[in-house]
Amino acid sequence: MLRFTIRRLLLTVPVLFGVATLVFSLLHLVPGDPALAMLGESASASDVGELRERLGLDRPLPAQYAAFVAGLARGDLGTSFRYGTPVAREIGQRLPRTLELAAAAILVAVCLAIPLGVIGALYRGTAIDQAAMTVSLLGISMPNFWLGPLLAIVFAVSLGWVPVSGTGTWRHLVLPSVTLGAALAAVLARMTRASLIEELRELYVLAARARGISNARAVIAHALRNSLIPVVTILGLQCGAVLTGTIITETIFAWPGVGRLMIQAINFRDYPLVQGCILFIAVTYVMVNLLVDLAYGWLDPRIRYE
Amino acid sequence: MTRRVGLAIIGLTALGAVAGPWLAPHDPNVQWLAQRLAGPSWTHPLGLDELGRDVLARLLMGARISLFVGLAVVTVSAAVGMAIGATAGYAGGRVDNIVGRVMDVLMAFPGILLAIALVAVLGPSLTNVVLALTVIGWVGYARLVRGQVLKIRELEYVQAARALGAPVWRVLWRHVIPATLPAVTVQATIGMAGSIIAEASLSFLGLGVQPPSPSWGTMLDAGRAHLYDAPHLTVFPGIAIALLVLGFNFVGDGLRDQIDERAT
Repeated sequence: MLRFTIRRLLLTVPVLFGVATLVFSLLHLVPGDPALAMLGESASASDVGELRERLGLDRPLPAQYAAFVAGLARGDLGTSFRYGTPVAREIGQRLPRTLELAAAAILVAVCLAIPLGVIGALYRGTAIDQAAMTVSLLGISMPNFWLGPLLAIVFAVSLGWVPVSGTGTWRHLVLPSVTLGAALAAVLARMTRASLIEELRELYVLAARARGISNARAVIAHALRNSLIPVVTILGLQCGAVLTGTIITETIFAWPGVGRLMIQAINFRDYPLVQGCILFIAVTYVMVNLLVDLAYGWLDPRIRYE
Repeated sequence: MTRRVGLAIIGLTALGAVAGPWLAPHDPNVQWLAQRLAGPSWTHPLGLDELGRDVLARLLMGARISLFVGLAVVTVSAAVGMAIGATAGYAGGRVDNIVGRVMDVLMAFPGILLAIALVAVLGPSLTNVVLALTVIGWVGYARLVRGQVLKIRELEYVQAARALGAPVWRVLWRHVIPATLPAVTVQATIGMAGSIIAEASLSFLGLGVQPPSPSWGTMLDAGRAHLYDAPHLTVFPGIAIALLVLGFNFVGDGLRDQIDERAT
């Protein structure tokens, strides 16, 4: 396991390096002068010059890159043009909200998916199974930027059960977490169903049934637990979708997280903040994938020797 | 069955996109300001938007943008991805390693994050959306084709072509790439759905097609401010996106099943 872990960690290093290089080059893709783009056409030459100096754009490219990488090593993502504060602090302040939303969405997805998947597997081929799978197909086909406003129309505007946007109470979390969790729930429900159907064919389940235990007990006490291993893997791999999903969901519901911060930074052409947010999300994604791989290697020893 | 339903949805959308100006009851840019935000009626079957423009006419115009973006992104991504993936898989060694590392870095960005980043720095426009989605889109095709080429290059007819002295480009073009086309077609069909959703997402975030062009994502974004007084502005563009995406997914799934059946 130690060799597998070290090998996997070493493979992650060049990827992180490549991600950092790509994010660094983003500022240099801005058409014309990035400092002028941030300040606007009406800015004076001295203001533009000052900003260029502050962003380090007046230095040669290799020196800019070296300073960028050195900053990253110290956890310094630069200074926000709009707020005048360190980018890392701005992200850090909003991170708990994004984590709260992502955790709630995953909880919603798991709570919806496992019962749907189990029902689908138990009543395979019947109208109940078809209804459960149709619901999950709907979840996959509905983009979250449509589902969110639809849920808001029904549950916030028409019924008035929950607030349409903002934060503060658990009621504020309901619509954003359902919007973000719906697609994940759909994927997990289909995976649970398929995995449970496979597991129910295994000999140990037949043996348990032959001993006279009920169908429900065979599923709950034996088959379900084993069928959840691939579901947990898919859940880990879907974390990337949840991360990008937060960008749109936070924008729809004015949720003050990292995703909304990034969109606001784009609108204000606050390029250091945009770079910081993108780097943060990409690195988080890489690290989550690394953890999933390590966890899977731990759960299934065959993976370690591939 | 589902493939036929999918083809029917795509066919109807394409018809609406091409014949939109003749099918639409009104010009998509004409304003009836006095009736702005009015709901569906006989004169305006899907209602009017926040500037008093006919929603049905704008949806038909929006279909052009969605289909154009989907086709452009899929065509360019597939061409670039096939060329790079086939070269990497066939050449192997250092070329394959370098391409593999580049793909790893691009795959490290979840979903459309890199596209958002590129459009953020290049500026929002239809061209930049296509460019940004292509930058992330080719990787999927390259991975798929590389994997296929690793198997195909060992087949006897390819070995025979090499033994007869055929140049590398000819072996790739005449013998290897055609064998990857079925898998690429399935990926391209599902890729159309992905590109349409991605374009709508970017437009919804204000980073895609800019008003007054009637992109479905832009229409949804505009409808967000009128959830209370004009929910039809949110409902109809959403139905259009979900249906078209479902159509491409149905066709993609059907094609995949057909290829799998043939393989077994």
